[in-house]
Amino acid sequence: MLAFVVRRIVTTIPVMAFVALFVFSLLYVAPGDPAAIIAGDQASPADVERIRASLGLDRPYLVRFAEWSFRVIQGDLGTSIFTNLPVTQLIAQRIEPTLSLMVLTLIFAVVVAVPMGVVAAWKAGSWVDKAAMGFAVLGFSVPVFVVGYLLAYFFALKLDWLPVQGYTPFSQGFWPWLRNLILPAVTLGLVYIALIARITRATMLEVLQQDYVRTAQAKGVAQKDVLFLHSLKNAAVPIVTIIGIGIALLIGGAVVTESVFAIPGLGRLTVDAILRRDYPVIQGVVLMFSLVYVLVNLLIDLTYTLVDPRIRY
Amino acid sequence: MDRRTFLKSATGAGMAAATGGLAMPALAQSSSKTLRFVPQANLANFDPIWGTQYVVRNAAALVWDTLYGVDSKFQPQRQMVETEEMSSDGLTWTFKLRSGLKFHDGTPVTSKDVVASLVRWSARDPMGLMIRAIQVSLEPVDDLTWKWVLKEPYPKMLLALAKNNSPCTFIMPERIAKTDPFTQITEYVGSGPMKFLRSDWVPGAKAVFEKFADYKPRSEKADWLSGGKNIFVDRIEWVIMPDPATAAAALQNGEVDWWETPLADLVPVLKGHKDINVDIGDPLGNIGAFRMNHLFPPFNNLKVRQAVLTALNQEDYMRAVVGDDDKLWKSLPGFFTPGTPLYTEEGGDILKKRNVAEAKKLLAESGYKGEPVICVVAQDMAATKSMGDVTAELLKSIGMKVDFVATDWGTVGARRAQKTPPDQGGWSMFHTWHAGADCVNPASYTAIRANGDKAWFGWPNVPAVETEVTNWFKAKDLAEEKAVMGRLNKAAVENVVFAPTGFYLSYQAWRKNVTGVVSGPLPFFWDVKKA
Repeated sequence: MLAFVVRRIVTTIPVMAFVALFVFSLLYVAPGDPAAIIAGDQASPADVERIRASLGLDRPYLVRFAEWSFRVIQGDLGTSIFTNLPVTQLIAQRIEPTLSLMVLTLIFAVVVAVPMGVVAAWKAGSWVDKAAMGFAVLGFSVPVFVVGYLLAYFFALKLDWLPVQGYTPFSQGFWPWLRNLILPAVTLGLVYIALIARITRATMLEVLQQDYVRTAQAKGVAQKDVLFLHSLKNAAVPIVTIIGIGIALLIGGAVVTESVFAIPGLGRLTVDAILRRDYPVIQGVVLMFSLVYVLVNLLIDLTYTLVDPRIRY
Repeated sequence: MDRRTFLKSATGAGMAAATGGLAMPALAQSSSKTLRFVPQANLANFDPIWGTQYVVRNAAALVWDTLYGVDSKFQPQRQMVETEEMSSDGLTWTFKLRSGLKFHDGTPVTSKDVVASLVRWSARDPMGLMIRAIQVSLEPVDDLTWKWVLKEPYPKMLLALAKNNSPCTFIMPERIAKTDPFTQITEYVGSGPMKFLRSDWVPGAKAVFEKFADYKPRSEKADWLSGGKNIFVDRIEWVIMPDPATAAAALQNGEVDWWETPLADLVPVLKGHKDINVDIGDPLGNIGAFRMNHLFPPFNNLKVRQAVLTALNQEDYMRAVVGDDDKLWKSLPGFFTPGTPLYTEEGGDILKKRNVAEAKKLLAESGYKGEPVICVVAQDMAATKSMGDVTAELLKSIGMKVDFVATDWGTVGARRAQKTPPDQGGWSMFHTWHAGADCVNPASYTAIRANGDKAWFGWPNVPAVETEVTNWFKAKDLAEEKAVMGRLNKAAVENVVFAPTGFYLSYQAWRKNVTGVVSGPLPFFWDVKKA
């Protein structure tokens, strides 16, 4: 097991190196000029050129890439062109809101979706199944921002139960923190409920046809135990996989949710950086996301060993 | 720790947190003395000389004071300056600071700080550059006095020091002002009525300002950038909201107090809310525009440019930009801001009525060979997107071939600087807008300049325009300035320096428990109170 973990971590290095090269090259060829944005509309071309030089953007590709790579190896992701703040500081400011949103979304999605999928499979073909799968289709079909606006309208504007926007750090209290995240987490969670519920249902349908399930039922085991102890455990691998993929997808989904609910997270940091061509921030955030993807995959692989004893590395 | 012990501890911690046990004093900051403001854009940097975006200027006006400030009649008024004296030959200006002015670190504001700030400002500002070009010396005389000696008179000196166009003459401590004007400052020690709390700044999310107790406001009533900048709240929080619908909901819910630029589509909802006031934000508004590339076909041909101007109907543009609210737009037969002292329509008849037949005739006479117009349109800016769609139809309606390049503003910013032919990565046309505050006279109106290579993107070369710009700077009184402006407008229209698509305004909205909000070219926080 330990050897497997070490091997996987080591293979991360070339992956990250490739991502770094790819992102840097992509930004190098992408149109747009941060110097022009900084200088503003009144600036002369000479001013823009001088700002570009002061930012080092006039230097050759290889020089810039070598310098950046050298810094990254030392743990320095550079300094934002616009804010003049270290990229690591910008990321650190934004990690908590995004992480909070993702964790809460995932908890909400799993808690709702897994039982929903199990019950739908158990009652396959019934109105319960149809309702659950209808809800899943709705979750897939309605765009996140529409759900967000509707929830904000009813629960914030009409009922005045929850705030429309913003984020309160966890350090300022659990309830203030949770209050700000309920609507965004429900909004973002609906898609994942749909995804996880459908996979759970499909996998459970297959497992429920197995002989050992029939045997358990014949022995008089309680239905809830058959479903949640005997069957769900054996359907866990695909479900864990889809939850893992969901974590990766959440990063993308968070961009829209963070904008709709004005949450100062990594998604908004990324979009703002892309629109302004803040190259160091884009490079830093993409590198960090890549690392998260790789680690999530590793985590999923390790989780398999917990839910299925037959899997060993 | 066994499972049960862990669960008990976790539940205990959760309960404590839920009941406020972990709450921090920061929550107490949500008192009525905190004004929450949604600005027009993200405050992504905070150096008003290095970055000249309006949002930076607006925040900087809270933190740094200026030597002079324009009032609502566009007149420069003393601000940090106590007295000024111009020698009889107009070559030597002697200024004296008000005594007792302090920076946010408690040190006194001296003439050395002013001189360093003026040196940095004049390297970036169009009027500052003009003064630099005729400068003999700029140096302190004593702690409060400094002298500016010129080779020739510069009648617009006080306007240059007072104007609200970016960059303004914000006064910083000497050590900070000595930063290269093309490099961003890293310390934000101000001279204005509010302190910038750098530790609370989350670019893209919020910026926080705290009242500076030692600020010494003038005794006169505040009027735009002039007069007593009295602050009546302890703290101002700028809350960045990229989504207009969220900002509207937050304002209705009382989560924010003042929204600088509500989207026109959402204004009816806000107007119907019992706790919200809605009024015009900036009375100087914006001038919509598209610029044609004067270097390459087809727009290097005056007749083609005139054909486009003849076919242009400003109402189409303005309705596309602001919708059906007629209070929000005006036709603009010229280039200058309506309602300002130097406004003129001289020579602007071509813009008053659309004439497609005449436009087609002009296009035929021009010898247009069907070259595609590379029309670069930023889709992430509502105004440019709307205007771009109208222009594409306009060009097609007179028989021009359009290559519509839908892109983002960042790309437009880079592409418009390209002087290569349109089919080799260059461009024929792009859409933009100019703040009306920049277009009240030629002083900071870069877009009106027509000095070829040195001109703004599109690089028009019209000596008649340049002659009148020079004449304006030399004009000694209002009557002379008005005469010059008439000739300037006429020359700019005749030669189609660029195409104005109309004048438009926008609303601002604020909660009714907030008073003292005024219309102005930037949000003025002095005299604003929150009940």
